[in-house]
Amino acid sequence: MPSPLPDAGRVRALIARGKLKDTLFQAVGIVFLAVGLLVIFLLVGDMAIRGAARLNPDFFTHFASRRAAQAGILSAWVGTLLVMLVTALAAVPLGVAAGVYLEEYARRNWMTEIIEINISNLAAVPSIIYGLLSLGVFVYALGLGQSILTAGLTLALLILPIVIVSTREAVRAIPESIREASMAVGATRWQTCRHHIIPYAMPGVLTGVIIGLARAIGETAPIITVGALTFIAFLPPMPFAEIGAGDRAGLFDWLMSPFTVMPIQVFNWTSRPDPAFEVNAAAAGFVLMVMVLSMNGVAIWLRYKMRKNIKW
Amino acid sequence: MQGDFAQPASGRHAGGGRLARNVMRNLGESGIEMLLFAAAAVSVLTTLGIVYVLVSESINFFGRVPLLDFLTDTQWTPLFYDAHFGIMVLVSGTAVSSLVALAVAVPMGTVIAIYLSEFANSTVREVAKPVLELLGGIPTIVFGYFALLMVTPALQRIFPRLPGFSLLSAGLVMGVMIVPYVASLSEDAMRAVPMSLREGSYGMGATRLHTALHVVVPAAFSGLAASYVLAISRAVGETMILAVAAGMRPSLTWNPAEPAATITSYIVQVALGDLPHGSLGYQTIFAAGLTLLLITLVFNILGQWLRRKFRENY
Amino acid sequence: MIDMPIQESAPLKAEARGLSFHYGEVRALKNIDMPIRDKKVTALIGPSGCGKSTYLRCFNRMHDLYPGNRYEGEIRFYPDDANLLAPEIDPIEVRMRIGMVFQKPNPFPKSIYENVAYGLRVRGESNKRALDDKIEQALRGAALWDEVKDRLGELASRLSGGQQQRLCIARALATDPELLLFDEPTSALDPIATGAIEELIHELKKRVAILIVTHNMQQAARVSDYTAYMYLGEMIEFGKTDEIFIKPQDKRTEDYITGRMG
Repeated sequence: MPSPLPDAGRVRALIARGKLKDTLFQAVGIVFLAVGLLVIFLLVGDMAIRGAARLNPDFFTHFASRRAAQAGILSAWVGTLLVMLVTALAAVPLGVAAGVYLEEYARRNWMTEIIEINISNLAAVPSIIYGLLSLGVFVYALGLGQSILTAGLTLALLILPIVIVSTREAVRAIPESIREASMAVGATRWQTCRHHIIPYAMPGVLTGVIIGLARAIGETAPIITVGALTFIAFLPPMPFAEIGAGDRAGLFDWLMSPFTVMPIQVFNWTSRPDPAFEVNAAAAGFVLMVMVLSMNGVAIWLRYKMRKNIKW
Repeated sequence: MQGDFAQPASGRHAGGGRLARNVMRNLGESGIEMLLFAAAAVSVLTTLGIVYVLVSESINFFGRVPLLDFLTDTQWTPLFYDAHFGIMVLVSGTAVSSLVALAVAVPMGTVIAIYLSEFANSTVREVAKPVLELLGGIPTIVFGYFALLMVTPALQRIFPRLPGFSLLSAGLVMGVMIVPYVASLSEDAMRAVPMSLREGSYGMGATRLHTALHVVVPAAFSGLAASYVLAISRAVGETMILAVAAGMRPSLTWNPAEPAATITSYIVQVALGDLPHGSLGYQTIFAAGLTLLLITLVFNILGQWLRRKFRENY
Repeated sequence: MIDMPIQESAPLKAEARGLSFHYGEVRALKNIDMPIRDKKVTALIGPSGCGKSTYLRCFNRMHDLYPGNRYEGEIRFYPDDANLLAPEIDPIEVRMRIGMVFQKPNPFPKSIYENVAYGLRVRGESNKRALDDKIEQALRGAALWDEVKDRLGELASRLSGGQQQRLCIARALATDPELLLFDEPTSALDPIATGAIEELIHELKKRVAILIVTHNMQQAARVSDYTAYMYLGEMIEFGKTDEIFIKPQDKRTEDYITGRMG
């Protein structure tokens, strides 16, 4: 506009320069975001291409081997599955109970304060420290050894803060009127929690659990620290399977079995000097990535769904 | 966060003839509350367990290695015949790799956060946030593979003398890994800045970038500082990328182009071996772990202090 | 709408002509015509949600910040005689010439000095002495100088609510705006602070045209020369403040002013 500003020309040049900076900054922002996306693509793509030669059914049904071409991930994926089972069974009830307690029961006092500060600090503790904890407590003090149970419990403690925080968020999002309605018909606090709060919070909790498990499935350091073996050419005993002359495995024997997991298998193959094993590392890494990305994808999708049909 | 329902149990009535049943019910309710409390207390037990395990094993360790040697020795050779226990060797590797990671994560994460919170429209945000989340969810062992087999060879094309293991490539990849944490926490902090502040700035004729840098960033500084501190914590505690790509040879160095062990990769290296429970070598990993925990603790306290300080200002 | 001839010597500073505004599908303002006279105070009153703030925010193109908003019609701005809403007009330039004071004091998380300096720095002013001079003038203009002259380096958030709002006025004044927009500037303040701001508005109109949205009819009566009554996005009545309050022409205005609605 024709402006009576004495220095309109200078001001306009200034604005133009400002807008140019805006544009440049935006470009940098987009480039940085693209780098993130690119890394994901590069990783998945590189592993898929490099590992293509091994990505066949045999790879999933063979044990690890000293000969790269014959080595597979059978014990690793079975181990991962079992460890995750233990982790989920331990972390979900504990995490949900703790989250419900903190939101619905806890009074504002120093004890609650300590628990809350503690949870946020635990979330920042490096995962390898959890490995040392379980080496000292589970492996030696409790004598659980380097077992599936030890690994599962270690990872459960590791993801507990994630489950607790997501439970609390989900519970907090439930409007007070639901509680009032339940209490008004004479329900006790626990009945209110069991019949209303926990079911309604479930989608949010589930999201947190999946994200937590996706984190746990890729955790390597704490498992190595508890001293998990890296070369395992057998599966944990199936319940009631025959394990020797007339001997049958107990229902829970597998819990105490030595094991290996996917990330350890990747680590093991990555750190071999023989380049033939790089192919195995790539293939196993690809499988691990698919597991993790699809779990995260499910969590993201769940959250998106939840946001779309919020009931209140 | 505790609603009206977080009142003491004394608020419940027990009326008339139903007294007995109510007593039973209240007993059941208290029992359940105890159980839930016990679940919440597990987190405290975890912390106590961590402290107990690290401290008790470290006490044994320091019974055999003087603390002064631990802090001042310039060699870390616990498994050699001529054993030295200079933790600074491992700390230097941790510090260098963390600095490299921060040099990547802080600028990238902050710029992405500013872009997402102040520039991008909601569609871009809806796409970008899950992408960042996926990036942050990639297992660190996979990042280690990426550093060793992709980033190091690429860097060697630029710097032919770069060794096959280096703090540099591990640190760079670690930085990329941490970007999502910095970006997402910083963005949360910036989006918490009230719209009225931005409008005040735009109302003066400021551009988006000027508003972002001069109003939103200072207003959100507490959150930004906290995100950087979390980034440091993450970098210091990161293990697998370093164990795979930085080499595990302890050396006192400030040069990112060299291989070196960090506190975390040393623990992995020992755990991979076969050290008898109770041996001095076994105890070193707890002393190293305690050092690591103390370092992360310092950064957490620093972060909380920063937070409080800047929250007062705003 | 009643067309009232207004005999007035004060020159026009701005004028809405057939102004409509849409939030996405919602038409929030309907065909508004209204003159804004230079060096006078024009007040906008009406029940909440009537569109008075929406209207005010058209003047500095605040709506451009959010997607899905659309203007129709014009706001002529004088002496340029240009349409503020024209797409080729840069909203940033508009905002440099039209200052705004918000509903809640919104000082930046900076020192008192830097708050007032903000607009000047945006304009590329970096000369320390020029800055010092203009900041003192602006703070004096906002009747805040005596209270803060010894603590210019302190954070603005340390000031009381009323002081913060005067600081925001000083911030707007520092760049010599030609038109000042006030969006319910006293709604978050106590009566004493409100009185101070009203007194200040009285002083300011000697220098600059003022458009003020207020939820408080007494305030409109006290500070303004002209008053517009808005209802459901329409301007029902516009006129000299005395006339509007003493003998409103429209039944709806009368109902609002006498407290029968709103």
